[in-house]
Formats: sequence, C-alpha cells, structure tokens
Amino acid sequence: MDFTLSDEQQMFADTARTLLGDTCTPDHWHKLMEQGAAFDAARWAQIVENGFTALIVPEAAGGMGLGELDFALIAIEAGYVALPEPLVESAGIGAPLLASLAPDHPPFADPAAIIAVAPAINPVVANADIAAAIVIERDGHAFVATPDQVTLTPMESIDPFRRLFRITWDEANATDLGPADWGLALDRAAVFSAAMGLGLAQRAVDLAVGYAKDRNQFGKPIGSYQAVKHHLASAQTAIEFTRPMVLAAAAEVAHGDVQSRARASQAKIVALEAAEQAARASIQVHGAMGYSWEVDVHLFLKRALALKQSWGTPAFHTSRIATRVFSQPVGADQTFARENENA
Amino acid sequence: MDLTYTPEQNAFRAEVRSWLEAHVPKGKLEHYDATREGFEAHRAWEATLKSGDWGMVTWPKEYGGRGLDLIQWLIFEEEYYRAGAPGRVNQNGIFLLGPTLMEFGTHEQKQRFLPPMASGEEIWAQAWSEPQAGSDLAGVRATAVLEGDEYVLNGHKIWSSRAAFADWAFGLFRASGSERHKDMSLIFFPLDAPGVTRNPIRKINGHVGFAEIFLDNVRVPAFNRLGDEGQGWHICMATAGFERGLMLRSPARFQEAAAALAALWQRRKNTCDPALEGAVVRAHVNAESYALNIYQTASRLMAGAKIGAEASTNKIFWSEMDIHLHETALAILGAEAELVTPTGEHDWLDDYIFSLAGPIYAGSNEIQRNIIAERMLGLPR
Ligand SMILES: Cc1cc2nc3c(=O)[nH]c(=O)nc-3n(C[C@H](O)[C@H](O)[C@H](O)COP(=O)(O)OP(=O)(O)OC[C@H]3O[C@@H](n4cnc5c(N)ncnc54)[C@H](O)[C@@H]3O)c2cc1C
Repeated sequence: MDFTLSDEQQMFADTARTLLGDTCTPDHWHKLMEQGAAFDAARWAQIVENGFTALIVPEAAGGMGLGELDFALIAIEAGYVALPEPLVESAGIGAPLLASLAPDHPPFADPAAIIAVAPAINPVVANADIAAAIVIERDGHAFVATPDQVTLTPMESIDPFRRLFRITWDEANATDLGPADWGLALDRAAVFSAAMGLGLAQRAVDLAVGYAKDRNQFGKPIGSYQAVKHHLASAQTAIEFTRPMVLAAAAEVAHGDVQSRARASQAKIVALEAAEQAARASIQVHGAMGYSWEVDVHLFLKRALALKQSWGTPAFHTSRIATRVFSQPVGADQTFARENENA
Repeated sequence: MDLTYTPEQNAFRAEVRSWLEAHVPKGKLEHYDATREGFEAHRAWEATLKSGDWGMVTWPKEYGGRGLDLIQWLIFEEEYYRAGAPGRVNQNGIFLLGPTLMEFGTHEQKQRFLPPMASGEEIWAQAWSEPQAGSDLAGVRATAVLEGDEYVLNGHKIWSSRAAFADWAFGLFRASGSERHKDMSLIFFPLDAPGVTRNPIRKINGHVGFAEIFLDNVRVPAFNRLGDEGQGWHICMATAGFERGLMLRSPARFQEAAAALAALWQRRKNTCDPALEGAVVRAHVNAESYALNIYQTASRLMAGAKIGAEASTNKIFWSEMDIHLHETALAILGAEAELVTPTGEHDWLDDYIFSLAGPIYAGSNEIQRNIIAERMLGLPR
C-alpha cells in the first residue's frame, strides 16, 4: 500500500505543467478567442512531440503503453490551462479505444492524428471535423469513419474552446470493428474529465487568490476580508479531497469491476463539483470583473459546466455508485476491495 | 502508487480481526461521558486492549506500543470500527498528547507517562480552553510559576472533555506577566491534586461530557513540563496538527457510519422520500474521499513529509461530512427522529447531536478557514 507518485510520474506531471503553462497562457487564450478558433497547431505539435498523445496507447499500436494514472497527471495540467486541443478526448479516450480494436488502423502511424469518439451517452462529438478517425458507438459495436463519410452539424458550446458537432451517419459508409469495451472508454472518460476538473478548480482558486491580493476596497486588499477568504478556503478544501479520489480512480480503472466503476464515477462527481464550486467562488471574488470577459474565470466555469454533464450526468454516475454501495460489502475494510475477492 | 495490501498487511488485518472478535464486549457499554460506571467500563476495556498489546500500535514497544507504521494503524482502526469496539475513552491521551510527547518529551517523561496512557491506567484530559480564551487560545491567562523544582499553577480552565472523571490533564499556562504567544508552557497535572476543583458541565445531550477546572496554587514537579519553558505555544500547535491532520478522526469511523446509513436506508426506503438515496450514496462517497485522503497523508508522512496547514482542510471535511451523514439518517427516520434511542441500538440522534460539535472543537471551522486562506493560499491577514 503506497499512495505516492513515482519520480517518473512526478516528472511527467512537471513536464506537462511547464509545456502547457508556457504554450497556453492567457495571451494564447485571448488570441484564439479573437480568431474564433479553438485549435492551435503549434501547441498541438509540441504536445505530440513530448509524447503525450502516445502515452497510454499500447505498444502494439506504436504507443508507450503507460497507465491511466500517468495520463491523469497530464489531464490535470490540461484542465489547469483550460486546454482547447483535444488531448484528453483523443489521446486519453479515443486512441486507446481504437487501438484495442484495430491497432493497425492508419491514424496510429501519425501521433498527431486526432481520434474523435461518439459514444451513445453524449449527444455531440468533439473535434469530429479535424479527426483522422471517428469511433462511433451503436448497439455495443464500434464503427469507425472519417469526417467525409458522415454528416457533421456544428453546434456552438458556451465554452469557446469546445468544438462540437452533431453526427448523422450510415452504417454502409463506416467500418464495423465489432463489439467494443465502451464501459472502459466511459470509465477512462470519467476519470480524465475528473482530472481536468481538478485542474480547472485549482486554476479558478489561483486566479481568485491573485485578484484578491491586488484588488483594494475600503482601503485594503479584498483578500484580507474573511468572507472572501472563506469562499476560497472552502473551494480549496474540496480540491484537497478530490485529488486522492482522482488518483485512486485512475490507478484502478483497469480492474473494470463494480468498485473501479464506482470510483471513476465518484471522482467525476466530486471533481466537477469542486470545479464548479471553485469557478463560482472565483467569479464572486472577482465581482463584476468575474462576470465579464475582462478576466478569464469564465473559461473555467464553462468547461466545468460542460464536463459535468458530458460522459454521464451526475445522476448517471450516482446510480453507478449506488450499485456498488447496495450490491457489494461496504464499510471500513472495503476501501480497496475488489469484486472478485468478495465473490 | 500501489493500492493493494501486502501479504503482511493482510495477515496483520486477520490477526487484529480475530483478536477483536474474541474480545470486543458483546453488548454496548454505557457511554463514558454518561456516568462514572460508563467511564470505568471503558477503562476496563482499555486494559483488555492492553492485554493484547493493542493500546497504541504505532508507539515504540518500550513505551507500550507495537512499533507499527501508519498504514498498519489505519488497518487497525478499520478493524476496530468494523468490530464495533467501544469508543476510546483515553483519546485525548493516546491521539493528542501521545504523539506530542513522542516528539517533544524526554526519555524519562516518555517512560513515565506513555505506558500507563497506553493501558488506560491514567486517562487524560486536555485543559487548554479558558472562559476568555477559546478560539483565541493565545489569550490564556492561567499561570505557572517556578518555585524551586516545582510549578505553582493557578487559573480557570473550561470545556475540558472527560475531565470530570479523568486522572490527569495537560494544560496550557503562561509565565505571570507574559503576553500572547510568548512564555507559555505545557504542563501536566493530576486532576485530584490538592487545589484542583472540577465542576462537571452538562453537554447538549445531557451527559457530563466536560468540566471546568479551577487551579488554586496547585503544585507539580518541574518534570511535568513538556519541552522547554516558553515552548508551550509551539507544542500546542504541533498537537493541533496531529489532532486535525490525522489522529483524532480516523476514516473508519465515517466509513462504518456510512455503511450503517446504507443499511438503514435499505430497511426504510419504502417508507420515505426516494430522493434521500442520493444523500445516502453521497455519505459513502464522502467517507471514501476522506479515507483516500488519509491514506495519501499516511504515505506522505511515511516518506518523510510533515503535516502542514492542509490539516485544516481535513478538520473541515470530516466535521461537515459527519453532519451531512447524520442529518440524512434523521431524514430517513422522519417523525421518529426525535425519539430517544433505546440502549443498545444505533444512536443516530445522539450521533447527530455530537456531529454538531465537530465544527466547534479542535479549532472552529471558521478558524480553520482563516488558516487555509492565510497559510495555504497566502491571502493577507
Ligand atoms: C464537544 C467539545 C469538546 C471540547 N473539548 C475540549 C477539551 O477537551 N479541551 C479544551 O481545552 N477545549 C475543549 N473544547 C473547547 C474548544 O476548543 C472551544 O470551544 C473552541 O476552541 C472555540 O472556543 P469558544 O468555545 O470559546 O468559542 P469562541 O472562540 O468564543 O467562538 C465563538 C464563535 O465565534 C467564531 N470566531 C471566533 N473568533 C473568530 C475569528 N477570528 N474569525 C472568525 N470567527 C471567529 C468561532 O468560530 C465561533 O463560531 C471543546 C469544545 C467542544 C464543543
């Protein structure tokens, strides 16, 4: 039993923090928003160059074959910078799903290729127009198609950095890859959305802390007032109790049992709640500034709202936890229990 | 990261479980705060625990412990709560003073005080708060004056849990004429020493859970001072760190309560609001969040880290989770919630009432939020 990260994992996280921190600054956000764009080719190239898109792709498909925990550490950093590019959707969810079915599929020859996912649970698909492959769920099967083989209708998200599409398609124009483990894809999506939520939450708090130190009212920094302090302390408390949940959920995804599914669901619920709480506290602390595009807090609220409902609503995930609570032993000795050991 | 127990850890769990199965009293003991008899029944249980060497498993063997690590401590706690074993009447000793003594005490002090603490022969109370010094603990007025090799103690302490029945107290005193955080000392005194008067105070549930203590020229040997003279404030803050960060509330307590809540829900769900299921599930999620956080803390401490200001987030989290869990239980009980529970049954009502103290003791949650904002987030004072 050991709840610490390895040096190598720490290093991945540090590399991701530096790379994303340097290439996805507020100036970069503003530039993209002015252009009405949500994809920066130069940044994506650097992400690819650092191996992040190959991280959890199995070696058979030319990837590094690392685990979900390793990727989650990067997803946290992606959340911290409200990353516009589809690192998490493509490299965290789409690529391992497609690789498990078709490791020789053409996109794996190019680590920059984007693999979009259209699970039945989501009404829209992110980045489908620029994808090299779209993996679509129907009746438990995975079908793969290219953007020109399907009809994509752009849908505007309140999050300026989410590029969403409704998809209509015909089985005749797609390739049936057979039954797929959509449950595992959903678990990965829940855990990585949670990881992003953790990053979003911390950034929202950090932005508010910075502002509260500088902004003066009644002759002193607003951050010296307890009402302001307590909003942010509550948000930080939620963050402290989200992080271990996200890390444990990521470390356990591969078990694919009732407990690991519940853990992924828990992580998703608490992390996106923490993100929303932090974003709202941050808006309150920024006053009218927070209600505008003059500061960047709105990006964190918007991403939190999006991730909270996609890949399973809170109600959906609560029902998965209920299954674990009411069908398996619960109690103090069950924190790390597995379904097969309880059978 | 490895979230599986080693074979040794599993074997340890099995050993704890079988010992507890053989020894935990079958019926529920009367509460240690309710009567002297209840208190003494819990002392007898501590002696039984000691007979199996389970008094305080993390302490070194020479001081009455087993020299085990924090993961083993968590396993022990999990089994302890799972077995429904009695509450630890000496918790202020073993969980607060014990770790502090381990860090600041001399070898002689450890030898003198730790073994009878581990066995329950000497049960401890914490005597820090005063009528005029609650949240603002640096406002303590009680004095300790050195005369030869003795301290003469004077003052008025209050809200001292279990002091009505306990044997010893560790108190916070100051040199006369000193100010605020300076010149404070942590000093032990027997609660039956000449010059000590204890008045029981009734808690909200009617138990005589705490006492106020008057000290009138109470003489104790200078040996009873922990750490250096004037180091009292520093030591108290270290104690508060253990208290909030790890020891006082082990996750097992809440996980077992959440499991009991799930069972209560299963029995009663046909007669109450179906929307309550979400809160029942949430109680489980909260307890598990807390457990994972504590496992993370234990791993960090074992790797050499120290407890910092994040201990304050713990205190807020468990106290708020405890209230949520118990208000959910009362919502399930509905119109029966107000009925006083028959002895021997799960006392949701009393546990709910006790949960309301969580945001007050061990430093109020308002104070914890100040600490988080100022020391973790760096906001101005
Ligand atoms: C069940 C229980 C057991 C206890 N056991 C012990 C014990 O064994 N030994 C012991 O020494 N003490 C014990 N205490 C006392 C406890 O430590 C104090 O109650 C606590 O420190 C608060 O002090 P107070 O009660 O004087 O409240 P006050 O300090 O008067 O506070 C009253 C209210 O004002 C708020 N407040 C105060 N200052 C600030 C501030 N700066 N910013 C924002 N809000 C503020 C508080 O948060 C609180 O809500 C116990 C208390 C309880 C309830």
